[in-house]
Amino acid sequence: MSDLSLERAAPRGMIALRGDFDSLAGPCREITGADLPAPLGAAGEGRALLWMSPDELLLLCDPGDVGEVLARLGEALAAQHHLASDVSDARVVFTLRGPGVRDALARITPCDMRPGRFHVGQVRRTRLGQVAAAIRLTGDAAAEVYCFRSVGDYVERLLATALESANRERVAL
Amino acid sequence: MLLLTCPACGVAADETELAPGGEAHLTRVGPDGDDASFEGYLFQRANPRGVHFERWRHVYGCGKWFHAARDTATLEVFGTYSAQTTAPPDDILDKIKARRPGWEGNA
Repeated sequence: MSDLSLERAAPRGMIALRGDFDSLAGPCREITGADLPAPLGAAGEGRALLWMSPDELLLLCDPGDVGEVLARLGEALAAQHHLASDVSDARVVFTLRGPGVRDALARITPCDMRPGRFHVGQVRRTRLGQVAAAIRLTGDAAAEVYCFRSVGDYVERLLATALESANRERVAL
Repeated sequence: MLLLTCPACGVAADETELAPGGEAHLTRVGPDGDDASFEGYLFQRANPRGVHFERWRHVYGCGKWFHAARDTATLEVFGTYSAQTTAPPDDILDKIKARRPGWEGNA
């Protein structure tokens, strides 16, 4: 019996955006329809913005739209010092579903996964096992994990082990 | 285990999410300095038993550098503050003085 599931999400377009947030806000609103996310936050449905650091965002879109979005960003930010780069191939995304997602992740990250400390909708860049990864809680029982593609297989096995162990504990209880 | 709050992103980061950067607030000895002072800048550290100011980088998170004030003997953390400063801010110094009444600063 297994009520926690793990799958590799379909490829998505990712654009790394660096620059002064004041100058990024306008073009990002036009492209995603959302205001810039608060620190450690995410904004937007479909096309989304993830907060990466005080001067970096990750823009998510359909893989086919990356070229068009990059062109629009380049045009809108031509006068600003900024960086917009297609990093769609750099990372893989895993989707975790099921009750106990927080327990499973807490086994492999130093990040505090308690409901009061990690809110639904938050994005936290942290460490999973031995590698860097980002955790995005998309619901009470759903999360996305972003990691570099080069360590994708490692993270997949790591997550599978954590989920299996969390499942076993739930069954035992 | 150390938990330091990164002032750039507000995350209470575990020690294993951080990269240490050594003693903070060193004065760079430039081309005008003599060999002895340059050697001091490169190699000689206060290494106190007690209050210590350090540089850390939130390497598994936002990637930003910051400063931390902590006690090397008890691991008590007095606070963290921005990297864009050359001396500890007054509120951090006040906290240290409140906890360590006899502390006179690291000369």
